[in-house]
Amino acid sequence: MSKVLIIAEHANGKLNASTAKCVTCAAKFSPAAIEILILGSDLDAAAAQAAALQGVTRVLSLSNPENATAIAANYAPQVVAAANGYSHIFGPSTTFGKDLMPRVAALLGVSQISDIMSVTDSHTFQRPIYAGNAIATVKAPTAQPVVATVRTASFAAVGNGASVAGIEAITVDVALPNHTRFVGLEAGGGERPDLQSAAVVISGGRALASEENFKLIYDLADKMKAGAGASRAAVDAGYAPNDMQVGQTGKIIAPGLYIAVGISGAIQHLTGIKDAGTIVAINKDSEAPIFEVADIGLVADLFVAVPELMAALG
Amino acid sequence: MKILVGLKRVVDYTVRVQVKPDGSGVATDGVKHSINPFDEIALEEALRLREQGKATEVIVVSIGAQTSMQQLDSGLAMGANRAIHVKTDRAIQPLTAARVFLKLIEQEKPDLVILGKQAIDDDANQTAQMIAALWDRPQATFASKVEVLGASLRVTREVDAGLETLDVDLPAVLSVDLRLNTPRFIKLPDIMKAKAKPRAIIDFDSLGVDSGDHLTYVSYAPPVKRQKGVMVADVPALVAALKQKGLL
Ligand SMILES: Cc1cc2nc3c(=O)[nH]c(=O)nc-3n(C[C@H](O)[C@H](O)[C@H](O)COP(=O)(O)OP(=O)(O)OC[C@H]3O[C@@H](n4cnc5c(N)ncnc54)[C@H](O)[C@@H]3O)c2cc1C
Ligand SMILES: Nc1ncnc2c1ncn2[C@@H]1O[C@H](COP(=O)(O)O)[C@@H](O)[C@H]1O
Repeated sequence: MSKVLIIAEHANGKLNASTAKCVTCAAKFSPAAIEILILGSDLDAAAAQAAALQGVTRVLSLSNPENATAIAANYAPQVVAAANGYSHIFGPSTTFGKDLMPRVAALLGVSQISDIMSVTDSHTFQRPIYAGNAIATVKAPTAQPVVATVRTASFAAVGNGASVAGIEAITVDVALPNHTRFVGLEAGGGERPDLQSAAVVISGGRALASEENFKLIYDLADKMKAGAGASRAAVDAGYAPNDMQVGQTGKIIAPGLYIAVGISGAIQHLTGIKDAGTIVAINKDSEAPIFEVADIGLVADLFVAVPELMAALG
Repeated sequence: MKILVGLKRVVDYTVRVQVKPDGSGVATDGVKHSINPFDEIALEEALRLREQGKATEVIVVSIGAQTSMQQLDSGLAMGANRAIHVKTDRAIQPLTAARVFLKLIEQEKPDLVILGKQAIDDDANQTAQMIAALWDRPQATFASKVEVLGASLRVTREVDAGLETLDVDLPAVLSVDLRLNTPRFIKLPDIMKAKAKPRAIIDFDSLGVDSGDHLTYVSYAPPVKRQKGVMVADVPALVAALKQKGLL
């Protein structure tokens, strides 16, 4: 029988929604147990949130001062030590999971399945390749643990269950290397809803033409209580910070409503939004590829249309 | 400092690949191939470190079929000192690629290995992390800025929360993100000059790399297509359409 260990992602006492999405993914093949391993230095709050998730049977809490920041070279050997006896080790396909999970897989000497988007059975999964232009069905060997990352846009977050799982503090006996040191984190985002969980996202592209003009996107986002995103071209040009990039090499998101403003719709961008509920495109070029996928398209100059939309929203 | 750079041959990013009608794979014959875009950035960074006097030698490595030599030729024309082609006709998964790199690391003893953060064909995003694990050395993934500080590097990484900075002791493995630099263009005389540069060819099977127990790619399918929607004439019509869908 399958026994799944999910590596939790959290920050500042808050469990990241990606963890609850991994639980949903794991539940698809009805494993005998779904347990969560959480690493950090001050874990009480986040561990309690993990323990409340529906279907989670146990939470393992691995707290020590070295775990205060998620350094893959430190976390990976601890995960391996704690993961003995599990048939599956899952992490989210966020930069946290992408950094950590391949290091875990290599220490175990197994391959990793990146970006699970759907589940056939406990060892057969679908994943996107070629910027989402093809979906591959891959089978993992059954004689070794399955290490995988879960494409968070493909799964809804599981809610809280009727009962709360037990939390066990564990220790592992591994010597941590001292070759990788955390220096700092410069947070981008600010107060707007997180792109990966926002119900509405407004994104701007190269057409915004300056950092100053990007305020249009932020104003519309604030009016609609939305997250704000950007194309790579907008980020490269310095109009928006890197953590706003949506797409193959940025964030993969699945908001209920996505409004693309002055974005052409390159495949690398579209692969980041294909799970959005409704896509709206505002672009002055009626031939722009974004209109091929938009549910609602408006051919217009954004500098006219966006203020008009703001006014219409009151 | 000696730097090893991975150059994977991939279908060019402008090609919209098609799944074969029988679902046995994607059609890659006769389509344009290039160096994986992230790997060009990796190579550019290595060349800049050499030009700043921080590195002495840049070696480009490609694991793949005979045709991968084209990408190594481009890497040499960009400025790498020499190339290593690990030849195999098999599709190489990231763990095997990492094991090959480890063999080359044992032979070449580099101070730094720079790879792309992901190959745009398999979109795996694994190889650098796996090499670092097998080598038991630091990794700094998704790098957007690299500074040499004596025997360590200060690396800025693009993470979901913003920009993270790490110090890693050398030797180390980097995977690079798109904003690290803009790769140089190759000029015609560079191609001529590169003809004389050393190219080593190693047969994959001679390395004794364990390529066992991999993922089996069972089948391929095209993605579910989104339906083309409606065009609206103006902003009031857009607002009406959003209201009708219950989104406003
Ligand atoms: C390896 C690789 C990875 C990549 N990863 C990503 C990724 O993760 N995310 C991503 O977004 N891109 C990514 N890209 C880049 C991608 O290929 C495109 O270059 C990029 O998405 C283009 O951004 P854009 O649509 O803002 O700019 P453009 O393609 O220049 O489009 C601008 C659009 O704005 C319209 N416009 C101009 N002025 C106005 C106006 N006044 N009003 C209304 N419309 C106007 C134009 O008609 C045009 O359609 C990647 C590329 C590579 C090679
Ligand atoms: N066959 C290969 N030859 C050379 N480099 C490779 C190969 N496979 C992977 N790499 C390197 O590893 C990076 C990440 O690849 P991947 O883990 O497959 O997404 C690529 O950008 C390359 O730098």
